[in-house]
Amino acid sequence: MTARDEVLARLRAARDAGGATPPDVPRGYRRTGAFAPGSAEVVARLDETLTDYRATVHRVADEDDVSEAVARVLEEAGATTFVAPPGLPARWVAAVTARVRPDEPPLSVAELDRVDAVVTGAAVAIADTGTFVLDALAPDQGRRAISLVPDHHVCVVRADAVVSSVPEALARLDPDGPLTFVSGPSATSDIELDRVEGVHGPRRLDVVLVGPM
Amino acid sequence: MTTDLGNGRMTTDLGMPTVASDPHHHLRGTEPFPVAAHRALADTQLRQNLGHATRTIRAKRAGVVGEVDDWEELRRAGEGVKADVMARLPELLEQLEASVTARGGVVHWARDAEEANRIVVDLVRETGSDEVVKVKSMATQETGLNEALGAAGIAALETDLAELIVQLSDDTPSHFLVPAIHRNRSEIRDIFLREMPDVDPALTDEPRRLAMAARTHLRRKFLSATVGISGVNFAVADTGTISVVESEGNGRMCLTLPDTLITVMGVEKIVPTWSDLEVFLQLLPRSSTGERMNPYTSTWSGVTPGDGPQAFHLVLMDNGRSNVLASPDGRQALHCIRCSACLNVCPVYERTGGHAYGSIYPGPIGAVLSPQLTGIDGPDDVNASLPYASSLCGACFDACPVRIDIPHLLVQQRAAAVEAHGRPTAQDVAMRAAATAMASPRRFSLAERALRLGRLLGRSGRIRSVPGPGASAWFGARDMPAPPTETFREWWARRDRT
Ligand code: SF4
Repeated sequence: MTARDEVLARLRAARDAGGATPPDVPRGYRRTGAFAPGSAEVVARLDETLTDYRATVHRVADEDDVSEAVARVLEEAGATTFVAPPGLPARWVAAVTARVRPDEPPLSVAELDRVDAVVTGAAVAIADTGTFVLDALAPDQGRRAISLVPDHHVCVVRADAVVSSVPEALARLDPDGPLTFVSGPSATSDIELDRVEGVHGPRRLDVVLVGPM
Repeated sequence: MTTDLGNGRMTTDLGMPTVASDPHHHLRGTEPFPVAAHRALADTQLRQNLGHATRTIRAKRAGVVGEVDDWEELRRAGEGVKADVMARLPELLEQLEASVTARGGVVHWARDAEEANRIVVDLVRETGSDEVVKVKSMATQETGLNEALGAAGIAALETDLAELIVQLSDDTPSHFLVPAIHRNRSEIRDIFLREMPDVDPALTDEPRRLAMAARTHLRRKFLSATVGISGVNFAVADTGTISVVESEGNGRMCLTLPDTLITVMGVEKIVPTWSDLEVFLQLLPRSSTGERMNPYTSTWSGVTPGDGPQAFHLVLMDNGRSNVLASPDGRQALHCIRCSACLNVCPVYERTGGHAYGSIYPGPIGAVLSPQLTGIDGPDDVNASLPYASSLCGACFDACPVRIDIPHLLVQQRAAAVEAHGRPTAQDVAMRAAATAMASPRRFSLAERALRLGRLLGRSGRIRSVPGPGASAWFGARDMPAPPTETFREWWARRDRT
């Protein structure tokens, strides 16, 4: 008997002994959140929850204003280089003076380690939890390493990507490619259960939030 | 039962539910709970550290749970999904295997801890690497993978801050979420100063500085690692998606940068569909770190060309789960999502810490999971004492995000321990009375008094007669202001009023 066959046989015997009737799963929880996707309210709530977990939020009303906000953020951080995923909209970084390092062909890990920052978009953001999600298959977000190794992440979140709740976000996501849910900068609670920001992931996190103010 | 296969080979209970193997003694300690607890209770520093940490986390959890108005509905959904998983476990595993394989992953099956370790050691050897980076995983702690890798000449580097603290100090974990919860900041600084060759000698005990020291220590390793090893929080059967929930970014490093990723999971860590994660990604972070969401959750399905490890291995491990699954009620212990909420609210855990439980699964859930994984091997099995490591106060059930009825399981496991004992004693009879009396709180109090009476009759020196529901025998006698005859429950009720 192979390990596979034996494990499955054991589990079948155990499952039958302990009960094989699947219960009805009660789904009484809310599937839609308090605020409509993309609304001014949901964007305002996202601003609060992101800020609560120490991301720095920069509100802009219009996509035309993104590049100035990104330029300012990078300048304040003293970043002289940044990585751009292959499909990053050029208009988001038109005003940026820091030198762009396109991830095309893919940069090595050592190269990524020498870059000051990374600018990406986001697939969806969750206002209830202060989370944005990166989809590695989305051209404006790029493979996972580019938003992990550089120490400063600037993420552009458009209002139409903002939902209230976790269920609404998961319904919009395609799990086929790697996804990264980000809620605030890297942190640890391992020392006396206090949250301390900044361990292995990017220590500085700026979110440029585009939408009704 | 041993079966002769007729060709000279013997096998044990082929295809039948089987208890865990425990090659490195991570599921069973060396002494009964009351003995270990006594020593822990005498350690004032330990109790201060635990008291501070569990108080902090309880307050944080209460705050973020309070802001979710459908929390009870989410708990019921979590409970239902897990019960559904148990009823369909073999089929869901086959579905997971098919979907991971279709996406370029390789699935391996392990009957027990040794087999899981052997599979991982062989896979690492094939890569030619003699070093691996690891993200915290209960499954590989359970199997003693680090010891097995070490014996094969492969260095396993724990990268979670608390795991690193534990590894550097040659200690063992004492909590799911914060394995070094028993250490305070100045102890951590001392460990770093002693064990990190490249550390700044001026390191202070400011948590921020300590976290930075860990970052510096591990960064070069992450950037050059070729093999990563992880556990699983949730594996989605229909999409083949694996998820890892973490805080520091060490998980992302281990899951993203190496060429090869090896992931080990207990077979129970499965959920049927992608949308089921909408329940657990709400329940887990709020229950564990007391955050609306943890900083990072990674999900991946098989191999993605051009992104992350190009070789992905998933090891599906039984190691005693089949034994737990066979019990109609006991299988609830497999619903656990390892949030640690039951540890943080448990008055016994808060004072004894995790080490007293002997197993790497401590606290209320450990007290019912460990004996079911290992089975109870005769009257002297130390795991038979674990179900008594509780006052049955019920706080663990209220905190549990998937509504595991831990008090009920504790009582059931006590009955099982009494069975294993064989020859009933006065204490056993009293324990049995306590078990049947659980249905009625009033009768339960009476049974408790009977237990105390039993102790007064001179049986308190016997291992199996302590702590029982009258936990103050070992508990209040320390520096708690409780007379030794008071039961735990009485003490607790009184303490709540003051
Ligand atoms: S038993 Fe429940 S409360 Fe305890 S760790 Fe598991 S899921 Fe959390």
